[in-house]
Amino acid sequence: MKIIVCIKQVPDTNDVKIDPVTGTLIRQGVPSIINPDDLNALEQALRLKDSHKDVHVTVLCMGPPQADVAIRQAYAMGADKAILLSDRVFAGSDTWATATILAAAIRRIGDFDIIFCGRQAIDGDTAQVGPEIAEFLDIPQITYVRDLVIKGSTVRAERMVEDGHMVIEAPMPVLLTAIKELNKPRYPRMQLIYKAYSPEADIVAWNNGDIDADLTQIGVKNSPTNVKKSFVPVKEKHCIELTGTSRAIATGLVDELKKLHII
Amino acid sequence: MEYRLSPQQEMVRDTARKFAREVCEPIAAEIDKSHRFPRETFDKMTECGITAVGFPVAYGGTGLDKLAQVLVTEEIARKCAATAAIFSIHQGTAWTIHLFGTEDQKQKYLRPLLTGGVIGAFSLTEPNAGSDASNVQTIAVEEEDCYVLNGTKCFCSNGGQAGIFVILAMTNPELKTRGISAFIVEKGTPGLSIGKTEDKMGICASDTSELIIKDLRVPKENLLGKLNRGFNHALASIDGSRITVAAAQALGIAEEALDLSVQYVKDRVQFGKPIAVQQGLQWYIADMKTRIEAARSLTYRAAALVDQGEPYATLGAMAKYFASETAVYVTNRAIQLHGGYGFMRDYPLERMYRDAKITEIYEGTSEIQKLVISREVIGKIQ
Repeated sequence: MKIIVCIKQVPDTNDVKIDPVTGTLIRQGVPSIINPDDLNALEQALRLKDSHKDVHVTVLCMGPPQADVAIRQAYAMGADKAILLSDRVFAGSDTWATATILAAAIRRIGDFDIIFCGRQAIDGDTAQVGPEIAEFLDIPQITYVRDLVIKGSTVRAERMVEDGHMVIEAPMPVLLTAIKELNKPRYPRMQLIYKAYSPEADIVAWNNGDIDADLTQIGVKNSPTNVKKSFVPVKEKHCIELTGTSRAIATGLVDELKKLHII
Repeated sequence: MEYRLSPQQEMVRDTARKFAREVCEPIAAEIDKSHRFPRETFDKMTECGITAVGFPVAYGGTGLDKLAQVLVTEEIARKCAATAAIFSIHQGTAWTIHLFGTEDQKQKYLRPLLTGGVIGAFSLTEPNAGSDASNVQTIAVEEEDCYVLNGTKCFCSNGGQAGIFVILAMTNPELKTRGISAFIVEKGTPGLSIGKTEDKMGICASDTSELIIKDLRVPKENLLGKLNRGFNHALASIDGSRITVAAAQALGIAEEALDLSVQYVKDRVQFGKPIAVQQGLQWYIADMKTRIEAARSLTYRAAALVDQGEPYATLGAMAKYFASETAVYVTNRAIQLHGGYGFMRDYPLERMYRDAKITEIYEGTSEIQKLVISREVIGKIQ
């Protein structure tokens, strides 16, 4: 079984602040980490590798050259191969463009049974890239996976929804997105950290020449998303005080609830 | 002068930091209070290779890297000094076998210590042989196929939990320190039993036990290093391990105490202002930070000398001496800055103060370190 895990390097939002003037993330001096949901995806892939024969895990990461540390960390957790997709033409890509690039890289890799992504990245919270990759590759997708069983050539996943879960079966190849309830990611293995920085590690860097992504669909210029403003939503509470007799209060309450279409 | 960590060392440090925060910190107060040895933590350390940091790849290690051992010990000590003691003393035992073991001994004993979840313990100290190791009274008598050991060892760190021991005994009492030899002994060997477990002031979750040795037959192939050279072997090993066991541990405790203090003086309001505005307290913080950075420089440099194959005994002694006294100074000051809260067991500082004290004592007291340093500086006196 061949598994591709897509990861993203993100600023550790425990430390991140938003510039009140520009509305963008202040990344300077903030440590970078592998996006937490992506670690859940990688962990599940590695668990499949631990429990099944002949599982090969490739980690794929699009990012600037500094994201090298992220793919080496993924390798040190136990991945067999890691690929860093880095090219100036990728810069500024939104989710559409990023998914276009990742799908092109996955086509270049060719052979796969499962593509595993995290649900969403903590620096953007869009949850779009995984599903878009599945659409571009025209394969089934199961999002918000909290449990997973492999049965022959199909996967059976528990998909978390707001008020419960769905059990969904899909044939491979399939794209899955992981949520934190799926597992607890392991630590990098110390021996593998050193191996990850040695020449024997199967770690490569690809640029667009290697994957031939459609140049009209990628990069900042071809990204259809237009960010008007970034802000932290302010929670607002409105209180209405009802006074009078019990009957008047009850009637008033029913009227208010009707106005809000709750009853 | 180049002074930066390699990317590998940075990832090792970050991983150890995460491990310490997630695994060691949540139980640090509980295991201190109940004096419980955190066996499960040791198993998790083995699982992610922390026990194997800094040892040769051929025996399951990461490759030689003393500085990485320092970084790991430091990070763990920040959150739980007792766990750092257990880990670093274990590595110190493995270090002795790494330095003086034969190929067979390393395959048989080093590998399980690094990757098999077996805990190591090193035992030199006796009731009448502390700083003066020449007074070792445990005797090893040579027989045809083995050495027969008799005696009592005390204050053996990890003693009650270890699967592999390095034990020093007199093979030629007339020669004093030149008549001591080192032996590798497996737990369960008839004649080796664990006596009293000590009730200590600090690092309470670590195990410190008495070893009772009665007609313990150690196969000849378990002689570690050369016959009658055990004392030199022990010194050479401690020269390296005191950089981790004491200096790095002390450094970690001191750094955490400073971090807690900086946060506290900013949050604590007295007389209508955070106490951080008081210049007298600012100076405490400046003193604490300066000593910590000096201790770090000495400790990292001593470790770097080991990695570069340069002589490191004197600088290691300085690092151990200075870092341990820094840890006691900084934790003492930190409690003062916290006032009554610092004195309460609800806060970690009183534990850190108790834990810091041992770093001035074990792996050679501060006074012994000063002897090592002054002998090197002054040289032979005519």
